[in-house]
Amino acid sequence: MKALKKLMDKARPSFEEGGKLHAFRSVYDGIDTFLFTPNETSRSGVHIHDSMDSKRTMIIVIVALIPCLLFGMYNAGYQHWLAAGADSFPFWQLMSYGFLAVLPRLVVAYVVGLGIEFIVAQWRKEEIQEGFLVTGILIPMICPIETPLWMIAVATAFSVIFVKEVFGGTGYNIFNVALVTRAFLFFAYPAQMSGDKVFVASGKMLGIGGEIDGLTCATPLGQVATSGATDAAGVAGAMTDIAGDPVSLWHMFLGLIPGSFGETSTLCILIGALILLFTGIASWRIVLSAFAGGAVMALIANWCATPTYPASFLTVGEQLCLGGFAFAAVFMAPDPVTSCRTNTGKYIYGFLVGVVAILIRTYNNGYPEGAMLAVLLMNALAPLIDYCVVEANVRRRMARAKAAE
Amino acid sequence: MADKISNKQIFFNPFSKDNPVIVQVLGICSCLAVTAKLEPALVMGISVIAVLAFSNVIISLIRNTIPTNIRIIVQLVVVAALVIVVNQLLLAYAYDVSKQLSVFIGLIITNCILMGRLEAFAMGNKPWPSFLDGVGNGIGYAIILIIVGFFRELLGSGTLMGFQIIPQCFYEAGYVNNGLMILPPMALIVVACIIWAHRAWNKDLQEK
Repeated sequence: MKALKKLMDKARPSFEEGGKLHAFRSVYDGIDTFLFTPNETSRSGVHIHDSMDSKRTMIIVIVALIPCLLFGMYNAGYQHWLAAGADSFPFWQLMSYGFLAVLPRLVVAYVVGLGIEFIVAQWRKEEIQEGFLVTGILIPMICPIETPLWMIAVATAFSVIFVKEVFGGTGYNIFNVALVTRAFLFFAYPAQMSGDKVFVASGKMLGIGGEIDGLTCATPLGQVATSGATDAAGVAGAMTDIAGDPVSLWHMFLGLIPGSFGETSTLCILIGALILLFTGIASWRIVLSAFAGGAVMALIANWCATPTYPASFLTVGEQLCLGGFAFAAVFMAPDPVTSCRTNTGKYIYGFLVGVVAILIRTYNNGYPEGAMLAVLLMNALAPLIDYCVVEANVRRRMARAKAAE
Repeated sequence: MADKISNKQIFFNPFSKDNPVIVQVLGICSCLAVTAKLEPALVMGISVIAVLAFSNVIISLIRNTIPTNIRIIVQLVVVAALVIVVNQLLLAYAYDVSKQLSVFIGLIITNCILMGRLEAFAMGNKPWPSFLDGVGNGIGYAIILIIVGFFRELLGSGTLMGFQIIPQCFYEAGYVNNGLMILPPMALIVVACIIWAHRAWNKDLQEK
């Protein structure tokens, strides 16, 4: 660590004004503050000093994502082995298969996103902002494992430029950048983002795994959406894994089902949620009310279940465990930039995220993944909710002041 | 005021500096609706040029006899008559495109650019400058429509005017058309990009 510090200090002069590498000042700055605590402090006025700067926040979010990421790797391998018809599941081979499957996607998302951030930071003569640290890891986690790399690159570039940079960079975006990336992919390349061909990796990775031809396996939610009205008796029984065995609620909770890379395991998401809630990074109000909203809407849908909408036969537990719901409720909805600021607003916002997610998923068979659209919709409504909460508070206090006169 | 601008400026200003779509932000609705393909965008642009030029001339000719109280009604009648003529011509000679444009030819009547030019220019100017103003603004509108239509058709369908542009080997290598380009949101973003580039180019248009 000392040697690294020495190296960075030695390199500093050439990055300062007039130095020959001045053009890369923001890159240097970014790496320096990433590795070491910045020794610049505020010089005037009274400020609250807290070690919790946005870099720390981002790093804790990444730590919270690691269980999902590791499980995603295992599951990618597991689904592949299952699809190949294997009986034994060698742990390390599964892990390395998943690792090799996700690595290029991670690299592409980071290179494209950070590249744009570096260029913009340099252009505006600002510091590099760390917002992309989390976005870059989220993007591969919410996309199907088979998403082509160039699509991830295009979508990442689109959403970093049009959702973040044009609004002024990290902290000014009105929508969640990672979710817009997915929404862009979903609407621009629907064939690559849904259906039954994309959720299980089929190729060989550096000699690991086998070739699988003609593999089809939709996610459980996708199966429900396409199974139609015929099996009204028990749609849950109609959900099968690749091998054709029915999927139990326990499997859905553990996450050994096909789905987007990082969001299948509700268990790992809950571990991440505990980290985020314990450190106070995610708002427990939003997370809790999102799950409550989802549960309420799932109950209502299940209560008046009709064969027209097969997903309405899913039980509350299945609704909360399947698809991206839990992932969105824990990692997407409480994003401090795009959610509500007021405490009352957070309850309303979270609750509506849950309700809308299940509503879209159940009553629109074209969009089995309602959580993404729900969070984006509520991102747009968050300022309005805040405004109403603040105005209501102002009115209440005015009335109280009048009454006291 | 009007006398100070030369005919040349009247004609050329709407192309860029005073563009009805990207500077005055009028006619956005039809810009989203008809630009998924280049061909309808082109036909729509030509139709607007024709309607705008002739309605400007007609209103300008009768501008001194129109009672002020009912001038909007008179303008609407003139525009509606011209739109019907254009629509009939399209039905007769370009039936397929007319089907694609569906109601949007009829909706030229409600296009803000027309009412704006009639009110702001033709009501106070002689026929020849009014004609130039109409053609200029129509072309300004058509340029934007064509640019938007070009990018949306090229990236959304891989074709231009119906001919395949993106080579087949691209598709075989894994390239896929961008479905979002066909959807209206992308038209807004393409228009926004044009405005972005245009403002970056013309510094005096940038808001403080």
